Amino acid sequence: MKRLIVRELRLSLRHSADTAAALLFFVIAATLFPFALGPSPAVLATIAPGIVWVCALLAALLPLDRLFGADFEDGTLDLLLLSGLPAYGVGFAKAAAHWLTTGLPLLVMAGPLAVMLRMPARLVPMLVLSLLPGTLLLSLLGTLAAAITLGARRAAVLMPLITLPLMIPTLIFGTAAVTSPHPAAPLLMLAAMFCVALPLCPLGTGAALRVSGQ
Amino acid sequence: MHLLTAIKLAAFRGERLVFKDLDFAVAPGAALLLRGANGAGKSSLLRTVAGLTPLAGGRLLWGDENALDDLPTHAKRIAWLGHLDAVKLALTAAETVPDPAALAALALSGYAALPARLLSAGQKRRLALARVVASAAPLWLLDEPTNGLDTASIALAEAVFARHLNGGGMIVASTHTPLNLPNAAILQL
Repeated sequence: MKRLIVRELRLSLRHSADTAAALLFFVIAATLFPFALGPSPAVLATIAPGIVWVCALLAALLPLDRLFGADFEDGTLDLLLLSGLPAYGVGFAKAAAHWLTTGLPLLVMAGPLAVMLRMPARLVPMLVLSLLPGTLLLSLLGTLAAAITLGARRAAVLMPLITLPLMIPTLIFGTAAVTSPHPAAPLLMLAAMFCVALPLCPLGTGAALRVSGQ
Repeated sequence: MHLLTAIKLAAFRGERLVFKDLDFAVAPGAALLLRGANGAGKSSLLRTVAGLTPLAGGRLLWGDENALDDLPTHAKRIAWLGHLDAVKLALTAAETVPDPAALAALALSGYAALPARLLSAGQKRRLALARVVASAAPLWLLDEPTNGLDTASIALAEAVFARHLNGGGMIVASTHTPLNLPNAAILQL
């Protein structure tokens, strides 16, 4: 399992342009809002948490297409399934690699972006804190969707259609944690959702991989 | 004493039944060569034995237990070479196969530091073969192992196959070209 994660990290380092693309998309998409809405600090400050959350969500979807797609095309998927790891172990390793290469950089970048959008400084730590379970959930659910759509003809279109509706509760509680005066409840809700997704999503991913491996 | 025994195997590829009532057995040190026209089910049979495609019927035994009951355990007995090389172009040969002896066995030592995208098709095939050699698995499942190899490389491949067989290993391989293996039976599909 550790070997697989290290290998994935090494591959994403070699394809660093692909890895950086998601992060750049995140920065650019969030930067567009002040241009469209005008630079009024009052307007931006109120919608900043929403912007950062939605942009992070969309940016994290970008690399999902290749998460299993590349392995499926070059035959590596067979080797992964025959690596002696159970299929859910492969799913878990892939989700972990996706979070380390996409979720973690987004998390680091979210703070500066929020400041740029004139979000009050006292809310920024809360935003990053809410994005931590948020990006983890996104990696788990996204990996599941990537495995389900693997081999489908329009996988790149299908995947967001599967992932985004599943992410709606995370989005609601995530932005609520930032804006609500009582952030503990939505944060606990996010943590609970993460605890459910952590065992279930890799199981689903594994089952989907076995089916597309046939 | 046969280690791998197939009893009345059947498998689907999509909606089509590609083979049924297939019986064979492989003993330690023996090889089984699969022959048949394109589409006869050679690759499907290999995928079935690997546990990648579920059995539609019959039983596959390892010793006297059901081989496919526990797929991760079964996977550890297998070294797999598919018809695709599964070589990541961004990784070097040494990163793909960290075992220098296996690289040397297929005359790839000089290319160890090169990323795989600089290797030729035949060299990538040899790299995929080296990964099989590097594994300690007793059963090698090879789908057209000599695809894209020149005569010298085929001789190298035959040498490592023979060494694996002499060490008590087993090989099930599909092939179109003649493959010179000791102790090989032929299964016509």
